[in-house]
Amino acid sequence: MELTAQKSIEKEIKSSLVTDPISHSHKELTKEQIREIVAKRAAKEFREGDVVTLGIGLPTAVANYVPENMHVIFQSENGLLGVGKDQKGNIDKRVINAGGGYVEARQGACFYDSQMAFTMMRGGHIDATVLGALQVDSDGSLASWMIPGKMVPGMGGSMDLVVGAKKVIVAMEHTSKGQIKIVEKCTLPLTAFREVNMIITERCVFEVENDGLVLKEINPMFSVDDIKASTGADFRICDNLKAMC
Amino acid sequence: MKSIVSAQKAISMIKDGASVMIGGFLECGAPDMLIDELVKQNKKNLTMISNDTTYPDADKGRLIVNKQIKKLITSHIGTNPETGKQMHAGELDVELVPMGTLIEKIRAKGTGLGGVLTPTGVGTVLEENKETMNIDGKKFIFEKPLGADFALIYGTKVDKYGNVSFYGTTRNLNTVMATAADTVIVQADELVECLDPNEVVIPGLFVDYIVVKENN
Repeated sequence: MELTAQKSIEKEIKSSLVTDPISHSHKELTKEQIREIVAKRAAKEFREGDVVTLGIGLPTAVANYVPENMHVIFQSENGLLGVGKDQKGNIDKRVINAGGGYVEARQGACFYDSQMAFTMMRGGHIDATVLGALQVDSDGSLASWMIPGKMVPGMGGSMDLVVGAKKVIVAMEHTSKGQIKIVEKCTLPLTAFREVNMIITERCVFEVENDGLVLKEINPMFSVDDIKASTGADFRICDNLKAMC
Repeated sequence: MKSIVSAQKAISMIKDGASVMIGGFLECGAPDMLIDELVKQNKKNLTMISNDTTYPDADKGRLIVNKQIKKLITSHIGTNPETGKQMHAGELDVELVPMGTLIEKIRAKGTGLGGVLTPTGVGTVLEENKETMNIDGKKFIFEKPLGADFALIYGTKVDKYGNVSFYGTTRNLNTVMATAADTVIVQADELVECLDPNEVVIPGLFVDYIVVKENN
């Protein structure tokens, strides 16, 4: 349900310190290409049997890239463990996902109330979450729920989820409308302090370590200098820097 | 046996200025007929406690559009632009609470606890002006219980003893809200003589009035 608000927010997000030099260059990718690259890469983080909660928007697409033979269980904060495909034909409005979409319950699924949903999420029972952000910083803090005085969609279940999930993956466009999103310190109100483990964008993959961001993988379309120019935080380059695929 | 009443009669018990918790996650599991009646009777200055404010033309969202809410305690308003508009214009007092925290505050009221300690929001603006506590080296925020004068909830099947069962993802906040209000009104999609005790999700003792959807 954050999709609409998120879109509006991204429209309104104001400049951090730097703007993205790649925006409007020949390296600029379409929204669809970005979505595919990011979602495909994020899906590789899951292991057999993982229970995963996906955020709204780009992160929802991650489910499409989990290999057929891998059993990953998707949890939805409104009370469904085992989210299946979108409903087709006769819609039953009594089964939805957290974005309000009508979905099927997969074999082995179960329904429960919000209290149980947050026992799973805040209580440390979710293996991984993939969600978007307005800003992420080198400490692993993220901001995703408001721009003071402009757009205030609210945090929904995101704060609890990020605090509780074993692995927090931010999956997003590297920059938004040419504005830098990966920063030294978030300037927007935080969703959570130091909870992000990994940042996946269409350009690269960062892991958040104790000493800050580490560049682990890079999309071969881009150079390390491109990443430096479009990232507002210092980062270390992993000795074993790999091509993102 | 519980009182089975019309929506009109049930909602007429709510006075202007009352606090009302309303179940549902977006439109799913929302007591739409009870909300429609709240709109019809145009109850004013209400405090609404809900997961979200849905959409401008749907159930809880209509209470916002109709300017019946004075104070709103909720976790998400992004799906209803009217909520943000009234908030920024200073017409609506909005308190945003993380969803998990909102549920636990309500649960604390229902279960007789003096509050809860949550790690959610530590290191964010939500920590401001709140008591914190360090437990075994980890910081928690103290959150007070949250109750209301009325809870308007939904049930897929309700029996004459007030027992409630659900289909699909309609449970959401209905279960916890049933425990935390002085008067609990359930909208039943279907009224049955007696549910199989194995199916019951909300025990009948929490329910005061039943309004049956098909009768209206």
